[in-house]
Parts: sequence; structure tokens; C-alpha cells
Amino acid sequence: MTPTPSSALGKDLLALEPLSGDQIRLVLDTAEPFKEISERAIKKVPTLRGSTVVNLFFEASTRTRISFEFAEKRLSADTVNVAASGSSVSKGETLVDTARNLEAMRIDMVVVRHGSSGAARFLAERIESNVINAGDGTHEHPTQGLLDLLTLRDHFKRLDGLKVCLCGDVLHSRVARSNIWGLKKMGAEVAVCGPRSLLPNAIDELGVEVFDRIEQAIEWADALNVLRLQLERMTSGYIPSLREYNRVFGVTRERLERAPRDVLILHPGPMNRGVEIDSDVADGPHSVILHQVTNGVAIRMAVLYLLAGGRPELAEAAKRGGER
Amino acid sequence: MAPNQTTVLDARAFDRTLKRMADEILEHNDGTDGLVVVGIQRRGVQLASRIGAEIREREGVDVPRGALDITLYRDDLQTIGPRPVVGATDLPWELDGRRVVIVDDVLYTGRTVRAALDELADFGRPARIALAVLVDRGGRELPIHADVVGKRVDVAPDQRVDVLVEELDGRDAVVVVAKGEEAK
Repeated sequence: MTPTPSSALGKDLLALEPLSGDQIRLVLDTAEPFKEISERAIKKVPTLRGSTVVNLFFEASTRTRISFEFAEKRLSADTVNVAASGSSVSKGETLVDTARNLEAMRIDMVVVRHGSSGAARFLAERIESNVINAGDGTHEHPTQGLLDLLTLRDHFKRLDGLKVCLCGDVLHSRVARSNIWGLKKMGAEVAVCGPRSLLPNAIDELGVEVFDRIEQAIEWADALNVLRLQLERMTSGYIPSLREYNRVFGVTRERLERAPRDVLILHPGPMNRGVEIDSDVADGPHSVILHQVTNGVAIRMAVLYLLAGGRPELAEAAKRGGER
Repeated sequence: MAPNQTTVLDARAFDRTLKRMADEILEHNDGTDGLVVVGIQRRGVQLASRIGAEIREREGVDVPRGALDITLYRDDLQTIGPRPVVGATDLPWELDGRRVVIVDDVLYTGRTVRAALDELADFGRPARIALAVLVDRGGRELPIHADVVGKRVDVAPDQRVDVLVEELDGRDAVVVVAKGEEAK
């Protein structure tokens, strides 16, 4: 990898698919020291002082938006939150017009969540600010993928050779796509498990194993990443009923107790308790769901830091000036 | 060994210098009361640890040691851009009212120390902060000076002072090399 002077990741973070294993490792390694900052009494470093970050959320989000906002504030950036409702978007302004207007007020970065796949890339190609994809349609949610990788690495001390199964609503899940790309690049083995109606048609082309029964997945896996059943995106009958879904595909304590080894449980949230995951699993000893949330802030700090600053034309002059 | 490389301190002189620095720190601080030794990542951390060991040998006291990575407090993010590797900051000690000694390998422009002072301020309000460096090479760009200096070296701007430590580099030495060359 030859990191460019401006950023080792490039201008934007839109997806994990185009990143190399080295780039992903860099983000994970960079996140490590950022964990400590959130444990301090004064949870703030001056790194992004004077930078302005806009959180542009066209879809509902609590965890991701707040996680980004904490990350930005702990790096001393100035932040503005724009939600689709209550802004000019609700008057029919386009995504690009909204962003260009924000850019005219001199911003440095945009964190964007949008219901359409590809929205983040579309925006990134049209504005100069760094763009971070906080979830676009059913495409990718790269920072969630990265925080899942960090959480798995924290626990198993490795990703290479790890067996991870994504369970449930893979079809609608951008989290699943980011996880599949990220895990495979880091050398993990990936499987998916869910009703065929909730698996993408071309799932085999992604090079993942497919389990039709949750029991098989539990027997195989070191870790399960249990996906949220995205009821709001389901327009027609993907599943017979929630009760039926829980009975066949729910991750329950009884099923986990039959596993040959302890299986680590991840969930990107928000959970449908009693549907894809039972409460005694979500709150159980092998659940790292809240650890994921903690790691989310560190990962987002790392991404903001790695995308920030760095004007190559000034960098050479500054380097000549001396290092210490 | 590269041709344009001058050894300023060899392993034995390196060791003697650290011992003297430990003495001077104790003298400057009037003992070990309230003392905290904080190394700046990377090689300052190893030097702080050695100085800590010397102090233990003399006084029989384990002074608290910490590590500081100042990367996130640098003033050149907008020009140079992010550093690829950010090290760990490890300061598990209450700093209020303590006497902190910052330990670094080379004092040059003073910008690293400026950043370290900012970072320490986020951890508490020490009664006093002092600076101990193995090498002072001159060339300050900020009004900062060291209280304890291992060795003063006159170095041309196109040269670099490299401190090698056993733990990371396999040997202890201070060498002057031309910029762009590797000390090994």
C-alpha cells in the first residue's frame, strides 16, 4: 500500500468493497488509541479543531448519528445535524443541491445516510468535501462493518480464519454487505443464514457459504452477526409471520446451548427482541452488542482522522521544515 | 553502517548519560515525592522506563510511569495530514498536584513538547512539569527549554539525530545521519 499524502483511504469512505486488507487494517489499528480517549475525564482531543462536519441524515437513525456526533465532538470538530424532515429536503430540494448549499457555507466533511443505494457515491463525485457513507439503501454501511471487525478482533485477537455467519435479513442489509466484504478481505470465512426469500439471488457469487437452517450456522460459526429484520423495507410477504420467523430462525439460548463451542453474538441494532434474537441471548454472557456500540465511536474517530486534512502541496514544504 | 553516520553516544555512554539524567531529575525534583515520569511515544517511553529503573536502584522507589502519544495534538494535520500510526496514551495516574517529568529522545523545534503540554493539561493540573531529553540538537521554533539534558549536539539542518534503543532497534546509540538515510 502506498498511502497518498492526503489520506491513506482516499477522499471518501463509501464502502469496504474497494478497500484493501491493508487499508482496513489501518483503520482498525488507528481505532485502538482512540478507544482510550473516550475513557478520559476530558473526552476530547484537539485534532479536528476548526473543521466542520455536517451529518446529513435522510433516514431515521439514533445510534449511528449519535455515534458519529460523539466521534466528531471528541475530535473537536464543529458539527451540524441536518435531518430530512424539517429541512429544505422536505420542500423537494435535491440531495446535491442541499450538499452544495452546505458546501457554500464552507464545510469540510459530510456524513450521509440515505435510503437509496449509491447515494453516498453520487454525492462524493459532486462535492469537494470528504464524504463518509453512514448507510446507503441496501448497499453498504462501511463504519458498521469496520466496528464489527474491530469487535471480533478484540475478542478473538485475529480475523484470519475466523468463521462468521450473518443471520437473517441479508437481502435488505447494508450491514451484511459491508461485513461480507470486510471479513473476506481480512481472511475470515463468511456464511449467511436465513430464509431464501431474505437472501439476495446472487448470494453465491459473493463467495459465502449458505445455511438454510440456523442450527447448522450455530454449529459452524465462531460468531453470529444477527441482522435486524427490516420490517420497514418489507413491502410484501417475505416471511409468513414474526412468530414463525422466530420459531425457525430466531437465535435462542436453547439453540446456542447445543453448539459445540461458545458462539459470540453481535447485532448491529436496533434489535427486534423475540424476533431475530431472544432477550436472554442479547443480554447473555456471549453478547458483545454494547461493546460494538463503544467501538463504533472509536472507529468513526479513526475514519474522520484518516480522511481529514493533509494538503499535499503544503505537506512537502512542511516536511522540509523538519520533523520534530 | 552507512558512511555518513556519526555516533554521538555509544551504548556505554548512553547508559552513563541516562544514569546522570536520573540523578539530575531526582536533584531537580528534590527526591521522588509526587514524581511521575511520562515518556513521549515512541522512544521517549523506553527512555522513561530506563530512567524509572535507575531511580528505583538509587531510591528504592517505583515512581509511576506513563506514556503519551501526541499525534492527535500536533499542529500540522492540515499540512502533513494524518500519521499512519497513532500510538497509545497510557496515563493511569492522577496528575493533579504531581510533579511530572516529560521524557523525550530529541528536542528540536519544541513542537512535540508544546503538544505534550497541551495533552497533559487534558489529564489534570500538575504542580510542575519539567522536561528531560536525551539529546538537545538546538533549532527551537518555540520558547521551550529542557530542564535535564543528556547531551547537546550541534547538527546541521540537513542532518537528523536518531536515537536507537535496545528494545526497538536492537542496540542503544545516538547517531547523526544525513536526512533521508536510515540509522541502523
